[in-house]
Amino acid sequence: MGELRLMKGNEVIAEAAIRCGCDGYFGYPITPQSEVMETLMTLRPWEDSGMVVLQAESEIASIHMVYGAAGAGKRVMTSSSSPGISLMAEGISYMAGAELPCVIVNVQRGGPGLGTIQPSQADYNQATKGGGHGDYSLFVLAPASVQEMHDFVVLGFEMAFKYRNPVMILADGVIGQLMEKVELIDQRPRWTNEQIEEISGDWATTGKRSNRQKHVITSLEMDSNTMEQNNLRLQAKYNRMKDEEVRYESIECEDADYIMVAFGSAARICQKTVQIARRKGVKVGLIRPITLFPFPEKIIAEYATKVKGFLSVEFNAGQMVNDIRLAVNGKTQVEYFGRMGGIVPTPDEVELALEQRFNN
Amino acid sequence: MSVLTERINEIIKPENLVYAKSPLLNDDAMHYCPGCSHGVVHRLIAEVIEEMGIQEQTIGVSPVGCAVFAYNYIDIDWAEAAHGRAPAVATGIKRVMPEKYVFSYQGDGDLAAIGTAETLHAINRGENIVMIFINNAIYGMTGGQMAPTTLIGQITATTPNGRNADLNGYPLKITELIAQLPGAAYVTRQSVQTPAAVRKAKKAIRKAFEIQAKKIGTSFVEVVSTCSSGWKLTPVASNKWMEENMFPQYPLGDLKDSGRADADLYRIKG
Repeated sequence: MGELRLMKGNEVIAEAAIRCGCDGYFGYPITPQSEVMETLMTLRPWEDSGMVVLQAESEIASIHMVYGAAGAGKRVMTSSSSPGISLMAEGISYMAGAELPCVIVNVQRGGPGLGTIQPSQADYNQATKGGGHGDYSLFVLAPASVQEMHDFVVLGFEMAFKYRNPVMILADGVIGQLMEKVELIDQRPRWTNEQIEEISGDWATTGKRSNRQKHVITSLEMDSNTMEQNNLRLQAKYNRMKDEEVRYESIECEDADYIMVAFGSAARICQKTVQIARRKGVKVGLIRPITLFPFPEKIIAEYATKVKGFLSVEFNAGQMVNDIRLAVNGKTQVEYFGRMGGIVPTPDEVELALEQRFNN
Repeated sequence: MSVLTERINEIIKPENLVYAKSPLLNDDAMHYCPGCSHGVVHRLIAEVIEEMGIQEQTIGVSPVGCAVFAYNYIDIDWAEAAHGRAPAVATGIKRVMPEKYVFSYQGDGDLAAIGTAETLHAINRGENIVMIFINNAIYGMTGGQMAPTTLIGQITATTPNGRNADLNGYPLKITELIAQLPGAAYVTRQSVQTPAAVRKAKKAIRKAFEIQAKKIGTSFVEVVSTCSSGWKLTPVASNKWMEENMFPQYPLGDLKDSGRADADLYRIKG
């Protein structure tokens, strides 16, 4: 068993990054996730593992530093919160286009605009439908615990390199600020130059040797036919993710008449709602998507013929509910309940919404 | 074989060779317009990298603008950056591979308009990189619009009556700004319109790359350049226009050559 600690979600992002052998973090302070860089600066990983930590002049600069370093085959990451992620949208699109691996953490706050520093899940569409320009998808993981904040940094880098694609950890202010027990992985070494050569030797900008062609990191292609082939290659990759990487948790769905679908901290609340509803004799289950892209549409489609209704519970105006409707395809009733502006609903509030939506 | 070809082949012999194309420059036809300075500067960078023997250690960062395809011509590893972000991309590369040589190559719109923040902050951090700045006072790639360095009165696609300070502000002397930054090690302004100027510019680029190995801050080489297509002048007339109009505003020479400032000058007391 690994080392056990009581830690904040944001702090564990930093700890997990160092321990999994991350090469660099580039970021810019923004509430509610500033503890990520503060923790890194306090831990000074450049003295031990050699991990680089740099406070950039903006989120724009941060993501382009990540672009440069990721292009060199290094394991690099950044973190921010909603308005900062909007600024990074340019660089994220470029990274998706150039097929660069990286981990981006979004500890969401309420919007639009400067919005609020309180928790939110209003960036679901931004995270899962692109967010920047062009046809692209991120691999999106939604942690619902401090443990998952830790685990998804490790898994995130694995997926980023498996698919040569940016990975987003879509957390929210609750998970970022929450303190929980977490089991940490043991320190792993950063990749050696030889390992980078083995893993990314056919594309990374490590310096052109005489025995190979030059490597160019770019998303640019002037020839339309070639560019369409590039787009098709990306789409094929996203389809592979859909086939192979869907992750979700299913809680008490087997006998359920109604299934709630919720991710991140909303799922934590709904877990309690399941208990409250079942004490009242209503058979309620919960599907918690762990990957938001690829979305667990198959399991939702399977239950669509068995249940009387789905309730999407989100801290936003109803975004994921559209993906549920697509998966359900009209086969049963799909409803939404959510709060906005940084308000986190109580389990009872969700239970009441269930009763009201489905007239129990 | 024609008489002419025979005669040429007689002349082209190793013993007659006084100058050769760097093997780092490939044989692709450059997309640059006749009279453009980019091609010359590309050649100088290729020659410097070749002569220093650092081809395997050098990573270039190309911009958005006419030089976006710089990666097509020089046989090294490249990252193509988003508009204005080359200094951030170069920072990322250099920070995770401090033993490599990293340079960015940007035009005036890229470096001094959309990327001003990235430019100033990379240099203010004293990133150990080389930054090459092509200043031709116009946006070439998009069809000749006003650049931050466009001169007052200069006609462009978006200043059809000439740049007006009341409306458009002033030509940005960003190199003078950069020379004030403590992180800058070497700041110089060059040109490539004559053989003598080309030799001086090459020396400056070589010096900039050598400074990178010393890790004493950012080296910045501006090349005051021509854009005959954007300026709507012949290549010869462009050189004359540049000498008469650009040089008084952007005087050639070194602006700083002292290495990164001593941090103690800026330290808190006590």
